[in-house]
Amino acid sequence: MTDAALTVKDLWKIFGRGADKIIGTPDADLSRADLKAKTGCVVGVRDVSFEVAPGEVFVVMGLSGSGKSTLVRCLTRLIEPTAGEVVIDGHDITKANESELRELRRTHASMVFQHFGLLPHRQVIDNVAYGLEVRGVGRKERREKAAEIVDLVGLSGYEMSYPDQLSGGMQQRVGLARALANDPSLLLFDEPFSALDPLIRRDMQNEVIRLHHELGKTMVFITHDLQEALKLGDRILIMRDGEIVQIGTPDEVVGAPADDYVKDFTSEVPKSHVLTLKWVMREPDGQAVDGPVLRSDQIVRDAARTVLDHRGPCRVVDGDTVVGLVDDEDILRVVVAEESLA
Amino acid sequence: MTTAATSSRARIRDEGRVVAVVRAHPRLWALLAVVVGWVIVWSFTEGTHTLHIGTSTSTGVHDWLQDLSENLQDAFASPSDIVVRIISGLSDGLDSIFTWLQHLFTVAPFPRPFPQFGWLGIVALAALATFAIAGWRLVLLVVPAFLLFGFLGFWTESVDTLLITLFSVVFSCLVGIPLGIWMAHSKVVSAIVTPVLDVMQTMPSFVYLLPFSILFGIGPAAAIMVTLVYATPPVIRISAHGLRTVNPGVVEATSSLGQTAWQRLVKVELPLAKRTIIVGVNQTIMAALAMATIAAYIDGPGLGQPVIDGLQRNQFGTAAVAGICIVVLAITLDRTTTAASVRAEQARRAGNHGRRLRRIVLVAGSAGTLVALYLSHMYVWANEFPSSPDLGTPIRNAVDDFGDWLLTDLSGFTTSIQDGFTNWFLNPVQSLVAESPWFVTGLALLLIAMIVGGLRALVATFVCLAGIYLLDLWYNAMVTLTSVLVATVLVVAIAVVLGVAMGRNLTTDRVLRPFLDAGQTIPPFVPLIPVLILFGPNRFTAIIAGVIYAAPIATKLVADGIRGVSSETIEASRSTGANRWQEITKVQLPMARGSVLLATNQGLLYVLSMVVIGAMVGAGGLGFDIIWGFRQADFVGKGLAAGITIVLLGIMLDRITTYGAARAGESATLKAGRRPQRGPSTMLG
Repeated sequence: MTDAALTVKDLWKIFGRGADKIIGTPDADLSRADLKAKTGCVVGVRDVSFEVAPGEVFVVMGLSGSGKSTLVRCLTRLIEPTAGEVVIDGHDITKANESELRELRRTHASMVFQHFGLLPHRQVIDNVAYGLEVRGVGRKERREKAAEIVDLVGLSGYEMSYPDQLSGGMQQRVGLARALANDPSLLLFDEPFSALDPLIRRDMQNEVIRLHHELGKTMVFITHDLQEALKLGDRILIMRDGEIVQIGTPDEVVGAPADDYVKDFTSEVPKSHVLTLKWVMREPDGQAVDGPVLRSDQIVRDAARTVLDHRGPCRVVDGDTVVGLVDDEDILRVVVAEESLA
Repeated sequence: MTTAATSSRARIRDEGRVVAVVRAHPRLWALLAVVVGWVIVWSFTEGTHTLHIGTSTSTGVHDWLQDLSENLQDAFASPSDIVVRIISGLSDGLDSIFTWLQHLFTVAPFPRPFPQFGWLGIVALAALATFAIAGWRLVLLVVPAFLLFGFLGFWTESVDTLLITLFSVVFSCLVGIPLGIWMAHSKVVSAIVTPVLDVMQTMPSFVYLLPFSILFGIGPAAAIMVTLVYATPPVIRISAHGLRTVNPGVVEATSSLGQTAWQRLVKVELPLAKRTIIVGVNQTIMAALAMATIAAYIDGPGLGQPVIDGLQRNQFGTAAVAGICIVVLAITLDRTTTAASVRAEQARRAGNHGRRLRRIVLVAGSAGTLVALYLSHMYVWANEFPSSPDLGTPIRNAVDDFGDWLLTDLSGFTTSIQDGFTNWFLNPVQSLVAESPWFVTGLALLLIAMIVGGLRALVATFVCLAGIYLLDLWYNAMVTLTSVLVATVLVVAIAVVLGVAMGRNLTTDRVLRPFLDAGQTIPPFVPLIPVLILFGPNRFTAIIAGVIYAAPIATKLVADGIRGVSSETIEASRSTGANRWQEITKVQLPMARGSVLLATNQGLLYVLSMVVIGAMVGAGGLGFDIIWGFRQADFVGKGLAAGITIVLLGIMLDRITTYGAARAGESATLKAGRRPQRGPSTMLG
């Protein structure tokens, strides 16, 4: 699969002295706590491999300390990985020298940070233009380009403001604009909205969805918030203690959690908002059924009205084949389960 | 029988209580035990094995140092060694640039009867520079200050001091800021430079003078070199601190965009650390000013000259007026650079209108300054500062009259204070420390170091005491140590009382803080003047001057420590019904223990530097050996030995209190604010 936008293979990050000598030895199989006790080294990322397709939004989710922020930093070697391979657009990052790495960061992958990381002594426009500036783009040209991007993220009129004059949400728009200004093929987000209050966070999530529609960039999005992951992600990688627990689409993660850890996570998710009919339908029993036909990848919530109105089983199809049936009971099971949770 | 049983039971209970108390504060009781033991041993060994040597006695070590200094002097007189040639070439270069500067502003270059530019040009230049770096408000401080120098009759001296200060600071920054940047980026460099800075900043300013006068003779060259060297550590240290504390998130985010290391430094780190670096420059300026005034002792030009003359010839009026000039200069420089660090931000944000206005004023001001410089070059009235109004003479006379009045009418009062203090406090302590056999005092000091600072302090103390012993100035070292300890006790007492008051009450803080800020900017030996007028030349005067000099920084540290105790903890203690006294003694002071020890640390070092200078007004001890070295060519070696001994004393006191503070669990505070010559609060604020 060389056409992937991002390929990560056998990636390890172990913090501490002599970390590179651990991989390949039996010590590497020790749990995080045991390894720390034995060698003083801490595993950040343990043998992680995945691929991200062009244009995909790939979410990495985990609690704090799960290694997700370390993982995303290893992708552009803001943290030097201990072992493994990262390939972005066909370029092997892990083998790049200083200047190749700089070039990759300048043109292929940009990152948006949790605490924004804006330069407090520069106006918005010059913060956005910073990536172009370090590339050596002339002042006039980079300001023009930056002004376009500022417009794109909805900050028109604030070009000359300083970061500390903006709200948190607006500062993160600047961070987003700065990442977009380089026109990278890959955008990395490290918990970008965790520091924002819930309403602003929702706005920003919608903003990301809008930008994804408009620009079609590949995105790797780190979050500890499952709702956010389900909302944004085409696929979700769930991490714990530096390891992959599960990779799957939102409905797979909710419908078929890999273990109790993921199950626990997803237990409070409103399932009807995530699960598709595929997860709630019954086997077709051969009887002829009339009435509405529904697609198997339709979200339960969206199909509910049709099914409940019909007062009988509805057909679920994948393409032209009937793959199952749903009736009001199947729908209510999902919805009522949520009620009892709440 | 019953009564006997009860009393014995009571005694047992009392003993139990004693044990409990000892257990609660083991270190305090151990210290007390050491002191009691020391006093007991002293009481029957007093006056034996004190290692006392006469003023005009010198020993083998001193002779060796004497030879060493003479050899060095010869080497610098006819440079052959490459290192010597570079150093002396450098000092000659600096000297000739400085002479050129003096010809521009303060000294008439033959055959011209006046300097190239006079007061009008200098005031205009100062106003323009102030406007450019610190804004128009500061111009309103700087211009009157400059005029005051003239009206007080010390125009030339003030400008000389300013020149020597700024000239040295330029070179200090040229060396110090790059070194600070390097330190921030390299652990190795940091590990090498930090201990050197520690020692340099522990050394009292007066100690620098003798070695520099040996190398560079006496005069402006030596004064510039010593000022430059003394003033560089703060800017190195604070620049490094500023760069290290740049928000790592910003560095990471900008690095993710593919910046080079150079772009990171120039576009991210330096702009973000700018304010802190300016604070470093501020501290370097204040250190340079302090040294530039003391360098008068090795014939450096400027305001220090009239102060030293006045102190030595009992012309207190002259010294006091020159002292006022120094204080005004210090406050002016401090305010200007502090404003500059704040302004750096505002100027950029002023918007287009503000920026254009500023540019217009700058252009107009430059034109005006050129005109003023031209006038002061061409006309005598604009060159030579007008002799009237003369504010200096009335102040001088008033001070002299006041001094006479004190001597005749109030001497009974001041003498009784002084005698009481000396007889009841100073003499007994000095007797204990200096008149005990050397090994008894040494052992006691080692035990105290161990109890306060632990093993590392013990080792440091042992090394320092061994050095002091080998330098053959044990007795005088103990005399100086006594003065330092006595003064520091007073400093800490004042600092705790005022600091607690300030930390608990915002109004008190607001009232006192400006005075402390001003007090902190005053160079050492200015406080000597008023105390000398009050109490005449003796040990007591040096101690009181040391207390005045050290109290502001110590008080601010304690106040900040008390303020730093979280309000939640205070609320919690109040909710349990603690009264005010309990709140102070059981919550605030124990939690601010690290700050109190840091205040003690700074108090000791400040007092030490003052007590040494106090030798100029009859304080004796090691400072006197240095002065003796200046006066008698045959005793330069002994003077050097005294200088090294002072450094060892300083390091010893510094290590004991530093490790003690680290043990109190506030090592972080201490590291950030290590030897902040003008206060860590400004630095971290």
